[in-house]
Amino acid sequence: MLSWVIPVAFALVTAAVAMNFWRLIRGPSLPDRILALDTLYVNTIALLVLLGIHLASALYFEAALLIALMGFVGTVALCKYLLRGDIIE
Amino acid sequence: MLEYLLSFLILTGAVFTFIGSLGLARLKDFYTRLHGPTKATTLGVGSLLIASALLFSTRGDGVSLHEVLVTLFLFITAPVSAHLLAKAALHLELPSLAPAPQEETHDRQAGNSRGPGPHKGA
Repeated sequence: MLSWVIPVAFALVTAAVAMNFWRLIRGPSLPDRILALDTLYVNTIALLVLLGIHLASALYFEAALLIALMGFVGTVALCKYLLRGDIIE
Repeated sequence: MLEYLLSFLILTGAVFTFIGSLGLARLKDFYTRLHGPTKATTLGVGSLLIASALLFSTRGDGVSLHEVLVTLFLFITAPVSAHLLAKAALHLELPSLAPAPQEETHDRQAGNSRGPGPHKGA
């Protein structure tokens, strides 16, 4: 059963990433684009976890953890820039 | 039995991730678009990470705790980033589809009991 569930899940998450890219290019305002980037890194974590399940390898969690950390820092920095005009005051 | 549970968790996670990004792509204004991915996508990724933790805990040696770390971090940081995004959008005064609250009529209805009403003063 896992043999057909995993490709379906890959297809769904890849479609989600494609829609995030569409919003990133299209987005009428700057917070829309930041939100698209935020969702993009969360979906990248989902893709990495799926790849780890598919290949039965535990090597990908460190990469997922790093992406989670750096993505959060990037989102906060961009929002602070929009709010204050400066990142570190 | 374990395979069915894993398949259910993986499918649920992928479908929720897809629905969250569909909301990001299709909804009309920024505040509703903020609502979609910050809830649905976090739930989807959490479900996928639980599936991965189950798989590696039952297959390899010992309990696998990397996924719990990622899940905890995502569940802590997702509301914070959503809050900051909403603050940035309100700061830039992005247009909203929701109607503005009617302050004047509420004040006149409730103003009878509290506050010095000008028409009931004497």
